[in-house]
Amino acid sequence: MATSVSSSSSLWQKHSILERNSILLLLGILIVIAIGGLVEVVPLFYLKSTIETADGMRPYTPLELAGRNIYVSEGCYLCHSQMIRALRDEVERYGHYSLAAESEYDHPFQWGSKRNGPDLARVGGKYSDDWHRDHLNNPRAVVAGSIMPAYPWLFTTDLDYTHIAEDMKVQALLGVPYNDEMIANAIADLRTQATADAPDADALARRYPKSQARDFAGTPNRVTQADALIAYLQMLGTLVDFKLYDDKANIR
Amino acid sequence: MTPSHAESRFMTLGEGGLAAAMTALAFFSIVVAAKAYTPAYAFHAYLFAAASVAAVFAILNRYFEGNGETPPLEIDGKPNYNFGPIKLGTILAVFWGVAGFTVGLWIALELAFPALNFDLSYISFGRLRPLHTSAVIFAFGGNVLIATSFYVVQRTCRARLVGDLAPWFVVLGYNFFIVIAGSGYLLGITQSKEYAEPEWYADLWLTIVWVVYLLIYLGTIMRRKEPHIYVANWFYLAFILTIAVLHVGNNAAVPVSWFSPKSYVVWAGVQDAMVQWWYGHNAVGFFLTAGFLGIMYYFIPKRAERPVYSYRLSIIHFWSLIFLYIWAGPHHLHYTALPDWTQTLGMTFSIMLWMPSWGGMINGLMTLSGAWDKLRTDPVLRMMVLSVAFYGMATFEGPVMAVREVNSLSHYTDWTIGHVHSGALGWVGFISFGAIYCLVPWLWNRPLYSLRLVSWHFWIATIGIVVYISSMWVSGILQGLMWRSYTNLGFLEYSFIESVEAMHPFYVIRALGGSLFLVGALLMAFNVWRTIAPREALAPAAAGTGLAAAE
Repeated sequence: MATSVSSSSSLWQKHSILERNSILLLLGILIVIAIGGLVEVVPLFYLKSTIETADGMRPYTPLELAGRNIYVSEGCYLCHSQMIRALRDEVERYGHYSLAAESEYDHPFQWGSKRNGPDLARVGGKYSDDWHRDHLNNPRAVVAGSIMPAYPWLFTTDLDYTHIAEDMKVQALLGVPYNDEMIANAIADLRTQATADAPDADALARRYPKSQARDFAGTPNRVTQADALIAYLQMLGTLVDFKLYDDKANIR
Repeated sequence: MTPSHAESRFMTLGEGGLAAAMTALAFFSIVVAAKAYTPAYAFHAYLFAAASVAAVFAILNRYFEGNGETPPLEIDGKPNYNFGPIKLGTILAVFWGVAGFTVGLWIALELAFPALNFDLSYISFGRLRPLHTSAVIFAFGGNVLIATSFYVVQRTCRARLVGDLAPWFVVLGYNFFIVIAGSGYLLGITQSKEYAEPEWYADLWLTIVWVVYLLIYLGTIMRRKEPHIYVANWFYLAFILTIAVLHVGNNAAVPVSWFSPKSYVVWAGVQDAMVQWWYGHNAVGFFLTAGFLGIMYYFIPKRAERPVYSYRLSIIHFWSLIFLYIWAGPHHLHYTALPDWTQTLGMTFSIMLWMPSWGGMINGLMTLSGAWDKLRTDPVLRMMVLSVAFYGMATFEGPVMAVREVNSLSHYTDWTIGHVHSGALGWVGFISFGAIYCLVPWLWNRPLYSLRLVSWHFWIATIGIVVYISSMWVSGILQGLMWRSYTNLGFLEYSFIESVEAMHPFYVIRALGGSLFLVGALLMAFNVWRTIAPREALAPAAAGTGLAAAE
């Protein structure tokens, strides 16, 4: 494998400097691969359209956050997107296209890349808790042609929420607006939200507007993984009120 | 071999340091295991502890059993190549390949027949799918890359690999990362970033392993006897360096606690999406492309016994490929909340990327100039040439799918899955099989057990790929068309579930294609095993050609 350099052209000869010096080659590679990423990523932290916020956006409640973690750990994102594209059929099928602001507190994002099942960005409130219970227990009981796995263990496994306040502290560190009061009441709020007719539901709703408190999974006196997951699913896409949202507000 | 350490030597700094570090890691892991928030994390901490103890034992055993000498860099003026870690990497690549393809077949069947999820958490689709992708990309592909890169860098530099324990640390440490990552998915430990699912502690471990890998590679290049760094090494070096940058950038996360497997990535929402696909697409660009192009630039010329077609083309190919690839990520995010200008950049650079990709393909294929007849007689070369052809096909399809209007149809559908597999099965799979069929005889210094079996592997796997990707084209385009189909009254024509039901026959056909590919890989495993396993009757044939002073 000869690597003979023709002497006629100077540019090819200049390249041999890189071929003879491993550190220069390494630096050359580093510079060349840095450019594209920097140009595409860095502005997203400053541009108005990507750091916009929208009325109604709030951090997840402790129960919703725990449910989101179940969603992540079961790999739901592998079959369900949470990103309605700005295309006519998607908007008609799933609702208003997704805003950047709607995932502003999502560490990590859950937009997904494949739809073996439908998009879930606005699934909140579309179905009853009962439907979700039946569906998670046996998807084919409610949707005959479904290819989704059943998740019966979510109903028999208690949610481990002893450290949920630590999760919120880390999120606060990363810029999610959890305040001290929210963190101090994390466990109490989580229990409240998973209980039907809980006396503290008012305080929860004050801290987290539009939060829904009830026995999501139909497992009274227990907080199961299914409670958390259904609480999360039932709030997806419900925070921004699109009757009031101004589509043009962020156009420049 | 009797241990004869008459004049006993002191431990080297490397041996002592690594043993001490591993001891510390073992103690730390036990503390973490005792205080772990979840049983799954405690299990992982115990695995870390057990592996560290095993490492300490292995280091001490090697020290006391050894002959008290570090291996010489040269024997009789010829480089004393270090093949031990490469042999292990090659065998592990075959093992993980078969494992990864099997899991892939299983999840393909789960989509066709959901009863196969058996209502069990550990084998439900959402947990097995990352196991499949990681096992194939990182376990199979990664071991192939580490093994071939260690081989190529020694041969083309005519120098022994840098480090005594370090190459072993890279191969074993990398495979330990695979075990942690894979078992984590089954236990529900994932950070959900596609192709970067392992949690923070696995990521930290991989970072250490990867930096050592880079240092070994660079150090060996610096030790070279040749004035020029051979082109395959440029690609390997770009792959190792860029993967390090991508890995650190995409996995930047804050763990909830030392005692929790859970972490939260520092990026959020649209920024996280952009960082993820900057990573994700360049995992394709640098792990699955640049690294394997390194294989192409060494193994095809070597096997065809022809020089690389064009030296200048390889320079243009190299720099334009690594420059353009990095920009292509946003084509995964067309019509999303990512700004239009970023999407347009991603699309434009993806289309431009077609050119260096085909430059590389031409350079690989035209290397056979004057040696095309070998395709009739050498199934190994045939495999590698077809892999370059698949590379050309996948790198044409990619830019097409990156065009916004095409992407509006193809995104979220099986077309993407088909595209990925024409690259993964066709290009990465076949170039890897070709490299393994070359490496095994070279490393063990004996002829391949059966070339006929290679030929069978070639045809069975090729038919499998064609069945796989064509079923996914049909299902993907059908799916995309059904989603956007309107009745003449202006209503959406199909419910989502109707599109799911329409996929069933294609999922069955896809599984058939996948099983053919798996059968081919099993033939390879058998062939490799029969080549390596001691054969009394055929032993004399292996004599001669003692260029490679294997240990």
